[in-house]
Amino acid sequence: MENAVGEVQNILVLGGRSEIGVAIARELLTPSTQRVTLACRRPDETLDVEASLSRDGLRVDSVIFDGADTPTHADFIDNVVATSGDLDVVILAFGLLGTQEECDDDAQSAVKIAHTNYTGAVSIAMEVTKRFRQQGHGRLIVLSSVAGERTRKANYVYGSTKAGLDAFAQGLSDAMVGTGASVMIVRPGFVHSAMTTGMKAVPFSTTPDVVAKLTVKGLRAGKRIIWTPGILRWVFMVMRHLPVTIWRRMPEG
Amino acid sequence: METDDTTSRLTGWGRTSPSSARTAEVSRSDVATFIKDSNRRGVLMRGLGRSYGDAAQNAGGVVLTLKGSAQEAILDVDAGVLIAGAGVSLHDLLKVIVPRGFFVPVTPGTRFVTVGGAVASDIHGKNHHGEGSFGNHVRRLTLMLADGTIHEIGPDQNPTLFWATVGGMGLTGVILDVTFGLIPIETSLCTVNTIRCRNIDELIEEMSHGDDDHRYSVAWADLLSTGSRLGRSVLWRGDHTKLAELSSKDAAQPLRYEPRHLASVPPVVPSFGFVNKLSSSLFNELWFRKEPRRKEGGHKSIPSYFHPLDAIGSWNRLYGAGGFLQYQFALPFGREDELRQIIEKVAVSKTASPLVVLKRFGAANPAPLSFPMPGWTLTVDIPARAEGLGTLLHSVDEMVMQSGGRHYLAKDAHTTPTAIRRGYPRLDEWKQIQRSVDPGQLWQSDLARRLELI
Repeated sequence: MENAVGEVQNILVLGGRSEIGVAIARELLTPSTQRVTLACRRPDETLDVEASLSRDGLRVDSVIFDGADTPTHADFIDNVVATSGDLDVVILAFGLLGTQEECDDDAQSAVKIAHTNYTGAVSIAMEVTKRFRQQGHGRLIVLSSVAGERTRKANYVYGSTKAGLDAFAQGLSDAMVGTGASVMIVRPGFVHSAMTTGMKAVPFSTTPDVVAKLTVKGLRAGKRIIWTPGILRWVFMVMRHLPVTIWRRMPEG
Repeated sequence: METDDTTSRLTGWGRTSPSSARTAEVSRSDVATFIKDSNRRGVLMRGLGRSYGDAAQNAGGVVLTLKGSAQEAILDVDAGVLIAGAGVSLHDLLKVIVPRGFFVPVTPGTRFVTVGGAVASDIHGKNHHGEGSFGNHVRRLTLMLADGTIHEIGPDQNPTLFWATVGGMGLTGVILDVTFGLIPIETSLCTVNTIRCRNIDELIEEMSHGDDDHRYSVAWADLLSTGSRLGRSVLWRGDHTKLAELSSKDAAQPLRYEPRHLASVPPVVPSFGFVNKLSSSLFNELWFRKEPRRKEGGHKSIPSYFHPLDAIGSWNRLYGAGGFLQYQFALPFGREDELRQIIEKVAVSKTASPLVVLKRFGAANPAPLSFPMPGWTLTVDIPARAEGLGTLLHSVDEMVMQSGGRHYLAKDAHTTPTAIRRGYPRLDEWKQIQRSVDPGQLWQSDLARRLELI
């Protein structure tokens, strides 16, 4: 359960190797936290993450979860709940970035990204919020991206999955009002992480730790949508309305 | 479910940690229906929702409020004993019993609590040092168990279950009605002595020596001042006024009881609220200075002495959208140094609101989860969004644990299962009794989940 100052006892990270997801979990850790469950395709690869979270009185487990394998999602949530009890915070942080070139060469790469980032996320979010309705509380954090605000030619497949996910999460957030549960959308800009290594940074880039700090602050203040860094909200208010002839010329990267 | 119910978002009086449950107002004959139809998230009774934290919430389950009427209460004037439905509030009871020359045996700082809640939280008041908590005055109560059977229990009738129910936070069954002793009074006034203390040491000294001469004693303390003024405070000690003390004019209607409602805080308050460092410091300064250094024998009405905040409806809204929490703990006698250290820690953090109360407790009762222990209890209201509050409270928790102290479940909204296990060494004994009457875990609450009570 969550206490009066927003400290939580049980955290589930969907995308247990996601640097942002894990950073948010770490930022949420307090002496009240009892359990963190890291869910990813290969749990044997999260040992270093487990170790980095470890502290007295906290149990960190890794479990198998494949965001793209939607038929397994219902059982997955049932199993996590059976083992760990009520879910206080679920961080939806899995996703494929891919490259636009891959997608251009092989349409199936684009399909795979779309399926994982959108269909898979919708599937697990529906299962999570179904559980939230039953338990009468819970908070889902959905990692969207500014890439979905207006898709760029440099990564429009990825961007479009985030656009879809963001729109879905907004509706889901509204649907949760009155259930005791809530959904928060996080729209980070370019984040320096393993996922973006080798990519050219764009202005207003940020780090997983900064995203995590702002996310937890927003969560405790009951925010519905946050941008990280916050200035991107205003930047994109302008970007959204740039003439397409200019927008097309946005740098690759 | 056939009976009328609706889904509601519930919080405690502190307006933090909301959760959603199916709620319904029921008469005692309806309770069994809801028990039968409940899902795995269980059932919980809720009174007037004055617990500060999540004690009267049951996320995803059923939360029932028992209808009650003070008119149906049975008063045995000769024995000074009352039988009241668990859903009846002290507010309604006082209107009936004060004009007939009786007062409730224990009242907390608000009269807007139910009789059932008074037992389930084993509430205490300003007379704890001499007369114990609410459970001490209960002769008998009717309890509906998870299997739907109804049992009469009391200190000499199934005492194990009785004392597990006193302070049991509603987790042993549904309290249907309660028989308890009353205090006979000659007038509806209290004779109050006021003493202003320059710091916490003066206050502790004063309470240690003078409390036993009075039925009631409680102190307000300023938890924003530090240094030589650390814990400066005002101590009010009182007794029910005797008829002979009144002037002939007042003696004409000695038992007049008319609690006033001054105003209500509107539903919309700026989200940051009105309680902050500046407003609290200002309030504390004025509040301290308005009291005389020492005054003996002033008269106060029951509402103004016992329930001053009740004159303002929904005062909890003053804290804004973030809500607040009331941190209350007890430390045993002999731990006055630790008490001072905690007061200093809170004072330095500059987080406390003006609502701070220190009380000297008397003997504990046999209930395994009853909060009061011989020693000191400090109560501090704090805006929930105060910067660094979680960290501050965890470190105070640690000091409370190391001093052999404990937290009050009816107030708690923050602490951990560890702190409760350490603070209540008889928790396992209580769990065993609880499990024996509720093997299917029908009775559940957010508090019980968070603190692993069941």
